[in-house]
Amino acid sequence: MTSPIAGGVDCDLHPAVPHLTSLLPYMNDYWRDQVTTRGMTDLISQSYPLNSPISSRPDWRPAQGKPGSDIADMQRQALDTFGTAYGICNPLYGVQMVFSEDMADAFCRALNDWLVKEWLDKDDRLRGSIVIPVQSIAKAVAEIERCAADKRFVQVLMLVMGDMPLGKRHYWPIYAAAERHGLPIGIHAGSAYHNPPTSVGWGSYHIEDYVAQAQAFQTQLTSLIVEGVFARHPNLKMVMLESGFTWLPPFLWRLHKFWRGVRMETPWVDRAPLEIVRSNIRFSLQPVDAPPEPDTLNRLFDHMQSDELILFSTDYPHWQFDGDDVLPKGLSPDLVRKIMIDNPLATYGRLKVRETTP
Amino acid sequence: MNIQLRDRPEASASTGIKTGIADCDIHPARATKDELYPYLAKRWHAHLETFGVHPYQGMMGGPPYPKAQPNASRRDAYPPEGGKQGSSLSFMQKQLLDPNNVVLGVLNPLDTGQGIRNQDLAGAICSAINDWQIEKWTSKDSRLKGSIVVANEDGVSAAAEIRKRAGDKNFVQVLLLSRNVEPLGQRRYWPIYEAAQEAGLPVGVHAFGFGGNPITASGWPSYYIEEMVGHSQCQQTALASLVLEGVFARFPSLKMVMVEAGFGWAPSLAWRLDKVFDRLHAEVPHLTRKPSEYIRDHIWWTTQPMEDPESRDHLFQTIEWIGWDKLLFATDYPHWDYDEPSRVLPAGVSDANRQAFYLDNAKKLYGIS
Amino acid sequence: MARHVIAPVDELPPGTRKFLEIDGRPIAVFNVKGEFFGLLNRCPHQGAALCEGPLIGLASSSDPGEIEYTKLGEIIRCPWHGWEFDIRTGQSYCDPRRFRVKAYPVNVEPGTNVVKGPYVAETIAVSVESDYVVVDL
Repeated sequence: MTSPIAGGVDCDLHPAVPHLTSLLPYMNDYWRDQVTTRGMTDLISQSYPLNSPISSRPDWRPAQGKPGSDIADMQRQALDTFGTAYGICNPLYGVQMVFSEDMADAFCRALNDWLVKEWLDKDDRLRGSIVIPVQSIAKAVAEIERCAADKRFVQVLMLVMGDMPLGKRHYWPIYAAAERHGLPIGIHAGSAYHNPPTSVGWGSYHIEDYVAQAQAFQTQLTSLIVEGVFARHPNLKMVMLESGFTWLPPFLWRLHKFWRGVRMETPWVDRAPLEIVRSNIRFSLQPVDAPPEPDTLNRLFDHMQSDELILFSTDYPHWQFDGDDVLPKGLSPDLVRKIMIDNPLATYGRLKVRETTP
Repeated sequence: MNIQLRDRPEASASTGIKTGIADCDIHPARATKDELYPYLAKRWHAHLETFGVHPYQGMMGGPPYPKAQPNASRRDAYPPEGGKQGSSLSFMQKQLLDPNNVVLGVLNPLDTGQGIRNQDLAGAICSAINDWQIEKWTSKDSRLKGSIVVANEDGVSAAAEIRKRAGDKNFVQVLLLSRNVEPLGQRRYWPIYEAAQEAGLPVGVHAFGFGGNPITASGWPSYYIEEMVGHSQCQQTALASLVLEGVFARFPSLKMVMVEAGFGWAPSLAWRLDKVFDRLHAEVPHLTRKPSEYIRDHIWWTTQPMEDPESRDHLFQTIEWIGWDKLLFATDYPHWDYDEPSRVLPAGVSDANRQAFYLDNAKKLYGIS
Repeated sequence: MARHVIAPVDELPPGTRKFLEIDGRPIAVFNVKGEFFGLLNRCPHQGAALCEGPLIGLASSSDPGEIEYTKLGEIIRCPWHGWEFDIRTGQSYCDPRRFRVKAYPVNVEPGTNVVKGPYVAETIAVSVESDYVVVDL
């Protein structure tokens, strides 16, 4: 195995909301009564059924409650084990799935306040992502403005499958707000299920939905690049979370090839897609969709033509690796340092270098 | 020396391809709108004139994403006698087959009954296209072989059409498109696979089609380039569906060809499928092998649009992960993203692999001696 | 480098192009609004007959959605893969650092001032007064 080094940044941790009722203290009277009077159920996404093996490593599954719902478990199983200096919390609670933008807004605000109170206040290694009601640009921007004042929020979080392709100009005020506050946009696996979860319709199985996350990231990356998001917002970073990354080289070969042919359709794309990815896009480490042989993985890193793209992540508590094998075999010490420390610090402007004792 | 000025350049001379090649993705077109009418029952002539084909997308007369060139085709491929690119056998012979020493050309008609909503009409058009392929193309040039097109959303009619053509040496495969009403592994498509397996015909899945779903999992994108790049994502999802629904477990001799959707993504998809299958196999107990093994044994890939990394080593390593025995050379003639046979494969490939890539894999798969 | 007289100017009015071969090399000559340009008729990418493509303008943008359209009629777009080349310089606009198409100097010179090749001589003989299109190759 490749040993992690202390002082790393874990860019993808998933604290779980125990139940919708856990958010009631963070809602106003109206929404509290809405939840209780109407008997609203817990907002658990099909993307991560609670008992699915993907949703929690077997040895990280608590005796009771949702995986990832106990901060002591996260501290022991993820933060302490890997000597983490910073851990970025990306709540995947299904608040983006509701169809009312008003309800989504109330739930997002509650979720962000809950994250501060129940997690960030309790461990100073933890940092947060701002979850936004994406259906309403005005409300999403307002929520970014509200939360950004707390410097422990280090990114804005969106799902990879929503109502529209993420490059669409409709979303740009969100990106402007994020850029203004030095916040990367994190795009995480998962669907709001406002569209079929694949580009060819509804599959039969959970496993299909999960495999299809990688294809969704690919189409979103195309959209973000060709719509010109990074031409307008050159300082904006986006981080693909739980996306896989071994698909990136052939994806870029193809995008580059067609860009050459239909460049005139999107002339603001005045750099090769690979260059745009290098300057603006990052990927979390887990899952590593590659065979365990170091030789294959090192070839893939060579195909990626950059050692700055990957950011350390455990994807806690999701089951992506066993034991302490969070880093795939065969990574050089230099690459380990880049993945665990240098690349995340270069990406998340709100994180400052922090010395920790191993 | 006499310098002669011409309004068009002279037709291409031999490209220097010495040994014969197989072109596994050629698109024959109709020269005129009513070229298909002789093969269609009278009732459909008036129907088409009145209502059009009524596809799973909104445009009456053209693609929802305007193409990069007229008819998505090479501008130098208009036949001198008129008509769309790809609509003249003699010009196809002169521009594609003869100079490139094509000994096997697989026809993949795209403008067929597939992707239209009225399934009676879909079946009638597909059957007409199959007759037209024989009459206009395969019976006139023995290098050309047809693909049986079927009413893709109507399994019963599709299977009947395949059985009707089974054993007809004019055809070497059944053709589907990647985007349908449901992912291709779904049961509504199983009668197609059953009939194809029975007839000993591979099923080609060509990028494209409309099935009523937004073409990304986040809705409709803005640009043609997104549709083009996105074909590879649609194909990946369609292939994942075929594997995970157990199509290859159920039809163990079925062979499928991924046509015009790239192949560079295959290793990453197979690795991801295997990794997730390791966690979630309990949900799909009908699979008796790892997903990558089904892909390795059942799937072939056409080469166009050729993966084109800056480093040829990256290309060669990717092909080694897939297998030199699984690639089928294709030009996509007359479409604009055509691959020129003599320019596609970089130097540094062994003679055996080159031969497999350009010809032998295709002959073996399609049973051409 | 030899100079080849290829045609009297009036055989190539503005908006037209002609294809020819010189020493086995396929060339196209264009008259764009009275200016003459010559290009090797072979795309550096996969060898298509580049000059059968349409002459379009150059789309550029400094802000997404805002398109500046310049060099109207001076960009040749390959009939296959759509790569764009500047007819003046051969410069590619899709991947400018990697690809360039060979541009040939094309001049219009008085009929009395041309190198006398076989064709040239013959042509000069019939139209001494008019101007000729000349390719340096």
